[in-house]
Amino acid sequence: MPGTSPALDTVKHAASTPQTAQPWAELGLKQDEYERIREILGRRPTGAELAMYSVMWSEHCSYKSSKVHLRQFGEKAPASDALLVGIGENAGVVDVGQGYAVTFKVESHNHPSYIEPYQGAATGIGGIVRDILAMGARPVAVMDPLRFGAADHPDTRRVLPGVVAGIGGYGNCLGLPNIGGEVVFDPCYQGNPLVNALCVGVMRHEDIHLAKASGTGNKVILYGARTGGDGIGGVSVLASETFDDDGKPAKRPAVQVGDPFQEKLLIECTLEVFAEKLVAGIQDLGGAGLSCATSELASAGSGGMRVDLDAVPLRDSSLSPEEILMSESQERMCAVVEPDKVDRFLEICAKWDVIATVIGEVTDGDRLEIFWHGEQIVDVPPRTVAHEGPVYERPYARPAWQDALQADDPARLPRPADGDALRAQVLQVVASPNQAAKTWITAQYDRYVLGNTVLAQPEDSGMIRVDEETNLGVAIATDGNGRYAKLDPYAGAQLALAESYRNVAATGARPLAVTDCLNFGSPEDPAVMWQFAETTRGLADACRTLGTPVTGGNVSLYNQTGDTAIHPTPVVGVLGVIDDVTRRTPMAFAEEGQLLYLLGDTAEEFGGSAWSQVVHGHLGGLPPRVDLERERLLAEILIAASRDGMIDAAHDLSDGGLIQAVTESCLRGGKGARLVVPDGLDAFTFLFSESAGRAIVAVPRGEEVRFTDMCRARALPATRVGVIDGDAVEVQDAFTIGLAELREAHERTLPGLFA
Amino acid sequence: MTTRVGVVTFPGSLDERDAQRAVKLAGAEPVALWHGDKSLRQVDAVILPGGFSYGDYLRCGAIARFSPVMETIIEEARAGLPVLGICNGFQMLCESHLLPGALTRNDHLHFICRDQRLRVENADTAWTRDYAEGDEITVPLKNGEGGYVADERTLDELEAEGRVVFRYLGGNPNGSRRDIAGVTNAAGNVVGLMPHPEHAVEALTGPTTDGLAFFTSVTTSVLRKLVA
Repeated sequence: MPGTSPALDTVKHAASTPQTAQPWAELGLKQDEYERIREILGRRPTGAELAMYSVMWSEHCSYKSSKVHLRQFGEKAPASDALLVGIGENAGVVDVGQGYAVTFKVESHNHPSYIEPYQGAATGIGGIVRDILAMGARPVAVMDPLRFGAADHPDTRRVLPGVVAGIGGYGNCLGLPNIGGEVVFDPCYQGNPLVNALCVGVMRHEDIHLAKASGTGNKVILYGARTGGDGIGGVSVLASETFDDDGKPAKRPAVQVGDPFQEKLLIECTLEVFAEKLVAGIQDLGGAGLSCATSELASAGSGGMRVDLDAVPLRDSSLSPEEILMSESQERMCAVVEPDKVDRFLEICAKWDVIATVIGEVTDGDRLEIFWHGEQIVDVPPRTVAHEGPVYERPYARPAWQDALQADDPARLPRPADGDALRAQVLQVVASPNQAAKTWITAQYDRYVLGNTVLAQPEDSGMIRVDEETNLGVAIATDGNGRYAKLDPYAGAQLALAESYRNVAATGARPLAVTDCLNFGSPEDPAVMWQFAETTRGLADACRTLGTPVTGGNVSLYNQTGDTAIHPTPVVGVLGVIDDVTRRTPMAFAEEGQLLYLLGDTAEEFGGSAWSQVVHGHLGGLPPRVDLERERLLAEILIAASRDGMIDAAHDLSDGGLIQAVTESCLRGGKGARLVVPDGLDAFTFLFSESAGRAIVAVPRGEEVRFTDMCRARALPATRVGVIDGDAVEVQDAFTIGLAELREAHERTLPGLFA
Repeated sequence: MTTRVGVVTFPGSLDERDAQRAVKLAGAEPVALWHGDKSLRQVDAVILPGGFSYGDYLRCGAIARFSPVMETIIEEARAGLPVLGICNGFQMLCESHLLPGALTRNDHLHFICRDQRLRVENADTAWTRDYAEGDEITVPLKNGEGGYVADERTLDELEAEGRVVFRYLGGNPNGSRRDIAGVTNAAGNVVGLMPHPEHAVEALTGPTTDGLAFFTSVTTSVLRKLVA
């Protein structure tokens, strides 16, 4: 019987057997980390304590390699009245006015999604939704920035359909509209797909909840799914050490299995206990499971905590205490509740058929104490587990190849010789997997549920109505360009922020705050660490300039196979607010006769461009120049024009350049456009340059003077480049492509690859 | 007097708020009903909303059909209470045998969310009176198991009796027999369909406002019955 194993490693036993060898290395701890644990405890750790420290001090939970760089997000944070809760909680909280607060966060679920695409992606959604829920908010939408290997690689055919079905299967069943995200293909993600997930939630200011356990005698309630053996990573080492004799399988699946129905009940049940003000502190169970939730709650609170592990409802009665502490079974939450509110809390859980169990209480001490069969197996200062893990100053160095890469100027690449060649390359680019329509993917996600979706993919940002009476709303976009970041990680991070910021403004919303998911290779490689350092420095600097603080996010390291790391890939999400969602600016060119204006300056910038990738398979040179003041001015113009009804459509210009934006806007509206190349530009640069700080807008003729006057007064270059007209995209003196042919090229690619 | 339209919440219901909003926009009063209560709170009509009741890990709607509220609904529907089943609600109505046939996995095996054109084939049910036969409407469709199937004889009967209420236009999205998107019972008070009219009631958030007439139709039907 495992439960009566004589090998139970109690605190007392540990104190009396200092020489016992422990599998710290197998659990991923370094020798000095193990020594530090012994120093903290003044004895060797018990098996359960060792397991807790090992997961909480892992890179994933402790941010030990990234912490020293992430500090900049706080140190350089711009003064913002909007930030109600900053970095460090489950998610940041932003004031959007009228008493509403919005919380949002993007997170990675990269490694599990490669191993088991469906469940990996599904539980990625589940985890980020619980983070948002734990802040006190009703989750209202999700988004998914995704990156895969080459579109035509056989393994992409395995990973992508599974990831997409997993996101749909879980998100659709939760009743959360999926309103945007990204899909990018690049051979650098072969074997290391990036599956990031963003969730946004809404609450009233007074409903904000925090993850802390205070108030001696308050009860600790675990509720949601039963705890099983899924998602136990390195802890199987401990388990096998203890139980080999029983013939129990030592290896358990490390990827968790999701149950979206359970999560839906958990959401409704949690919102109801919030509404009745029954919760003093709350934490979701994600990575590191109960170890993380108990130590973080106790660490952030004023007292200690005592937990009785025997009370935890199990799916598998043979689980060891170490496994119960480490299990990453999904759909669980942990709440701290005052004693006289416990009955009502349990009653609401019962109404929703959610299992809820008192597993412990807040004590007046300063220790986290955990018991199993009446014996103490954990006795630790919680802060040392949750918040005082190791911090590394990893060495970093600009890689030797960076100069050669930047010197490989795309100016040397042959350009199309005439109009016919240009036409052929336009079709080639808009049909390439990265630039092609993503409808085959997004049609598998419910974008309508909850009835507040004002804009969803492929629009520049997703937009959700927050208040049905006042029409207050929020907009969110996520962007990242690993190719730019590879060429210059500092600029790449700023370009990711700039694009996301621009996308939010293009729909008429005012950017307020940032969340980021930083996807990188191994921090033990100085070149990767340099990319990381440059990225965080670039992003923090740009956030300060644009006045948009980072409110939280996630770091995913070790995205590499062998010595080959992915491109540095910061994915930046920007949240904006719009006072009246009926004033939103969509992307569709829908009204014939409206004038098209190009805002911003266009230069010959092809480093990292879609054109260089698709036509020449080239990556080199420098990414587009960053001008954050210009970005801010462009955003102000776009927001004012939306508010005052001066524009009917807007689309940001980014990868693929102007022709990509025109293609998308024309196909969306079902109307063609006649374009004229402005003075001083050649047709090729006009169509394919990826200069930042630009957008194209459709201006009704009656608004032309007012709009151009505004741009002139604010010194934003606005160039008339065409008119919405007919059923073809025509570039004067160069070529014409009928809408039907353009649609065929743009929309057939993904179904052809994956259907 | 205002028509009271009940909207049932099952564990896993997702579109009940949308259905309530649609009822309100149509000038009627939404009344929240709970799966565990037998009482219908004296409503004039009932909507079974979309979602994944009980996770739909078994056949869709198969468990919800046995909930306490469904006992009353089945009884009242047989006595003439207007009942509308949308998506998961349609599946429940088929599982309850208030409507014939069944819904199976989409033939392409994917969940699909798209704006769907439909033709109104029968404007003489409790939920379609405010349409005209032959009207073409566009409302969102979103499901993984929306393929309508029944044996040939049943399908022939449905056609002969005019009980096919909606048919898909512009391509069959899920392999439904004879492009059937929605059907009614012989009395015309129970209607089920896979597409979601409650998501097409506001120009701001829906592709059209074509769905609103479902919710005004039921008021018309209730009033007509009162007068008669």
